[in-house]
Amino acid sequence: MDNKQLEEFVKSLDHDLEIREGKQFIEVTLPISKLYPIAKLLREKEESMFDFLFNLTGVDYGQDLGVVYHLRSTVQGHSIVLKTRTSDRENPQIDSISDIWESANLLEREVYDLLGIRFTNHPDLRRLFLDSSWGFPLRKNYADDINIVTR
Amino acid sequence: MEEKVEIIGTDEKQEFIINMGPQHPSTHGVLRLVVSLQGETVKNIQPHIGYIHRGIEKMCESITWPQIIHLTDRMDYLSAHQNNEAVCLLVEKALEVDIPDRIKYIRTIMSELSRLQSHQLFWATFGMDLGGQTCYFYGLRDREMILDIFEETTGGRMLVSYNCPGGLMYDLHPDFQKKVKDYIKYFREKLPEYDAILTGNVIFRERTVGIGTLTLADAISFGITGPSARASGFSCDIRKHEPYSAYDRVKFNEVLFTEGDTCHRYLARVEEMRESMDIIEQLIDNIPEGQYAVKMKPVIKLPEGEYFQRVETARGELGVFVISDGNKNPYRVKFRSPNFANLGVLNHISKGFKIADLIAISGSLDLIIPDIDR
Amino acid sequence: MRFDFIASYVSALTEPWWKIFYDFSILNRAVDEWLKGSFSPFWTTVIEMVVVGVVFLLFYAVVGLFLVYAERKVCAFIQNRLGPNRIGPYGIFQTIADLVKLLFKEIIPIKNADSLLFNIAPYIVIIVNFMALAAIPYAKGLHAIDFNIGIFYILAVSSMSVIGVLLAGWSSNSKYSLIGAMRSGAQIVSYELSIGLALITIVILSGTMQLSEIVEAQRTGWFIFKGHIPAVIAFVIYVISSTAEINRGPFDMAEAESELTAGYHTEYSGIKFAFFYLAEYINMFIVASIAATMFLGGWMPFHIGNWEGFNMIMDFIPPFVWYIGKTFFIIWIIMLFKWTFPRLRIDQLLTLEWKYLLPINLVNVLIMAFLVLKGWHF
Repeated sequence: MDNKQLEEFVKSLDHDLEIREGKQFIEVTLPISKLYPIAKLLREKEESMFDFLFNLTGVDYGQDLGVVYHLRSTVQGHSIVLKTRTSDRENPQIDSISDIWESANLLEREVYDLLGIRFTNHPDLRRLFLDSSWGFPLRKNYADDINIVTR
Repeated sequence: MEEKVEIIGTDEKQEFIINMGPQHPSTHGVLRLVVSLQGETVKNIQPHIGYIHRGIEKMCESITWPQIIHLTDRMDYLSAHQNNEAVCLLVEKALEVDIPDRIKYIRTIMSELSRLQSHQLFWATFGMDLGGQTCYFYGLRDREMILDIFEETTGGRMLVSYNCPGGLMYDLHPDFQKKVKDYIKYFREKLPEYDAILTGNVIFRERTVGIGTLTLADAISFGITGPSARASGFSCDIRKHEPYSAYDRVKFNEVLFTEGDTCHRYLARVEEMRESMDIIEQLIDNIPEGQYAVKMKPVIKLPEGEYFQRVETARGELGVFVISDGNKNPYRVKFRSPNFANLGVLNHISKGFKIADLIAISGSLDLIIPDIDR
Repeated sequence: MRFDFIASYVSALTEPWWKIFYDFSILNRAVDEWLKGSFSPFWTTVIEMVVVGVVFLLFYAVVGLFLVYAERKVCAFIQNRLGPNRIGPYGIFQTIADLVKLLFKEIIPIKNADSLLFNIAPYIVIIVNFMALAAIPYAKGLHAIDFNIGIFYILAVSSMSVIGVLLAGWSSNSKYSLIGAMRSGAQIVSYELSIGLALITIVILSGTMQLSEIVEAQRTGWFIFKGHIPAVIAFVIYVISSTAEINRGPFDMAEAESELTAGYHTEYSGIKFAFFYLAEYINMFIVASIAATMFLGGWMPFHIGNWEGFNMIMDFIPPFVWYIGKTFFIIWIIMLFKWTFPRLRIDQLLTLEWKYLLPINLVNVLIMAFLVLKGWHF
C-alpha cells in the first residue's frame, strides 16, 4: 500500500488518530493508552502485516518524553512511523510492545537506561549500558559538571 | 561500579553459572556473557554490555555534521565506510543535493571493499574460535592488502572517514584501480583455498551444521538483518530493495539460504565475498570522470523534520534516524545498529546447546560490540 | 681411585670405538666391566643407576627444549610466518629464555586449595613420563629397562598420567579447572582403549611384548609393511588415538583457550606450569616413539626382505639416527594436525572413540589374528 492508502487504513482502525505525511513515511501520533492496541492491530491485520520493527527511538522533546517506532512490513513492503508522548517527566510510563515484536526487548531497555521511560509489562526492565549511579543522560536537562562542558 | 546483578530465568540451585568475558582470548570485543549451565547444556544467557558505551548519540547533539562522520567510523569499525555513507546520504537527501556519478561509483567500490575485508576478518576469527588457528593468519594476511589500498587513498586503514556530506574527502590515488584489479584477481584464487580449509572439513561441519538454528519468523521478529538473517531465508538486502549509490547499476545476487544454522550463516558470508568481488569488477573499469566533491555550504543545517536513511553494512541494516530543528546540530540522532538486534537473539538460539556450541554460535552472528554499545 | 680411567676404559672395549654407534651394548658392557673392576658390586649398581638417572634427566630437558622450539617453528611455517628468530641463531635459544622467565614467575598460592595435592600433581605427570621413557629402545642396546612385557608396561605406566590431571583440576578449587580436568580425564581414559587395541594388533603380529625383540623382528621389514592392511589401519588409529590421549591437536577441548581459559592447569604458575607444559611435549615424544618402534621399526634401518646389498647400504646410517628420524616424522605429523583442524567438541570426541574407532579396532584385531594364523603376512 502506498502512503495515501495506508493513511486511510489507519483511519479505518481508529478515527481519532493524528496522521501526518512526513518526508518519507506517514507518521501516526498516538496517545499512550492507544499504543498497544493499535500496534497489535497493525501487526495482525492482513492488509498491513507490519512484522518488522526496525527502530525504536526515545526522544526528549523538551517538555515531553516520547518514543518513535518505525515499522515495516516484509510481506507488503510498506513502512509506517508511530509516535507517542508523555508529559510526565517524573515517572513516565509507556506500554511495552516486546510481546508483539521481540526486537523491542533490548531496544526498550536502552530507552529506559538513557531516558528513564518505564515500560509496563516488559519482561526484564533493567538498565543496559549504565549502572544506577548515572541519571538519564540523554535527557536535555541532564547536567554533569565534570564530564560535560556547557558553553 | 556494578550493582548486584540478578540473573533472570535461572534456577540458581540446580544450575552452574559461568562468566565469560569481558576479556576474551578471542577477538569478540568487550562482551560479558553470564551463562547458566546444567552440566554442559546452556540454559540461559544474559549478555552484559556497556563496557564501551561512549555516548555517541548524546555527543552528536552538540557537534556539526562533518564532525559526526568521524564518530560514526567508530561504531562498527569494520564497516566504517558504510557507516559514513549512511550519514552522508541522509544529509544529501535532506538538502536535495545531486551527487555526480563518479562519487557514487567510488562510494560503492569502497563499500564493497569494506564488506570484503569485514568478511575476511569474520572468516579468520571464526576459524580461530573453533580451533583452527591457522585461519587467523591466512585471513588477516589477505585483509592487510585491502587495508593498504585504503591507506593509500584515504589515509586511514580501518577508520577511514572518507565520505563527507557532498562527496568524498580526497580524490582516488592514481594506483587505486590497478591495485584493486590485481587484488581481486589474487583473492579469487585464494577463496577456494579458504573453502578447502574450513568449509569442506568434516570436523568443521560437525561443529556447525544444525547448531543454533534461527527460523525465518524469529529472524523477522527479533529484527535480525544481514547475512545472519539471509541464511534463514529473510530477504533483507537493502542494496536490492532500496538501492543507493551505484547499486542499481550492477548485477549481483542476494545470497539466501533457508536452513539458518551456524554453517549457513558462515556460508552466506563466504558467498557474499564472491558477490562483492563481482560488483567491484563490474565497476572498477568504468569509473566516470568528474568532481570528487560537490560544493556545500560551510555550515550544514538540515531543514526541520525527521529523516531516516538505511544502508547495508557487512552485518546488516544500519539505520540513521535524525530529528532536526533547523540548527547546525541535530536535535536527536539515533543509530539503529544491526549488531544490537543480533545480540538479542543469542539467548534464544543457544538454549539447549553446549558451551562449545555457544562459541560457534556467537562467532557466526559476527557481533561487533562497539556497535552495540555506541 | 685410579685416574687413568680412559686407558682402562679403552682397554675394556672389545671392538673399535666407532662401532659403539652401531651397537650400544658394547659401550654398556665396557662400562660395566670397568666399574666392576674398580668398585664393589653394590657401588657399581649405585653408580650405574645415578649415571642412567642423570642421562635421562638431561635427555628429558634437552628433548623438551627442542620440541617446544620445533612446535613454534612448525606452527609458524604453516601460518606463513617465521617463528622465533631473534634469540640465538634461528631462535634456538628461545625456549631457554622462556624457561628462565617461567622460573622467575611468582608462584601464586591458591586460597582453599588442597596444597598437598596441588603441589604433587605436576610431579606425578613428570614421574610417569620418566617411567615410560625408561623402557623405550633408542638404539641397539640403548635402553634402561628391557622387560619381557615391555609394551604392556609402557601402556600401564602412561595410564597413570590421568591421576596427575585429575588431581591438578580438583585441587585447584576452581570451576574451570574442574570442568577441564573432568573432560581431560574422560578423554584420556576412553582413548586408552583404542591405543591398547591398536598396539595389540602388532603384538599379535610379532608374537612378543618385549620391545627389543619387536624391533629385532622388524629386521626383514617394518611391521607396517609386513602386516599390510591391518597394520596400516592400526597405525592410523594409533596416531589418531594418541593425539587424543595426550590432549593435543584437534582434541584439545580441555585446554581450549576461547572457552575455559587453560583447563586443568589454569591455576598453576611459574615452574609448576612449566612442568605441565614440558610433560605434554614429552608425552608427545613417548607416544611418537612407541609408534616408531611398533610400526616403523624403531632403530631398525629400512630393510627389504633379503636384499643384502640394499640392506647393507641402509645399515650404514647409525640406528640412533633412524630412530630419531622416525620419531620426529611422527611428531611432525602430530604437530601438523593441531594447526590445521578446528577442534572437536567433547561429546563428538567421545563419540568418535566409542562409536567409530573402537569397533574398527576390534574388527582389525580379528583380521590380524586371522592373518597371522594363516601366515598371509610378509
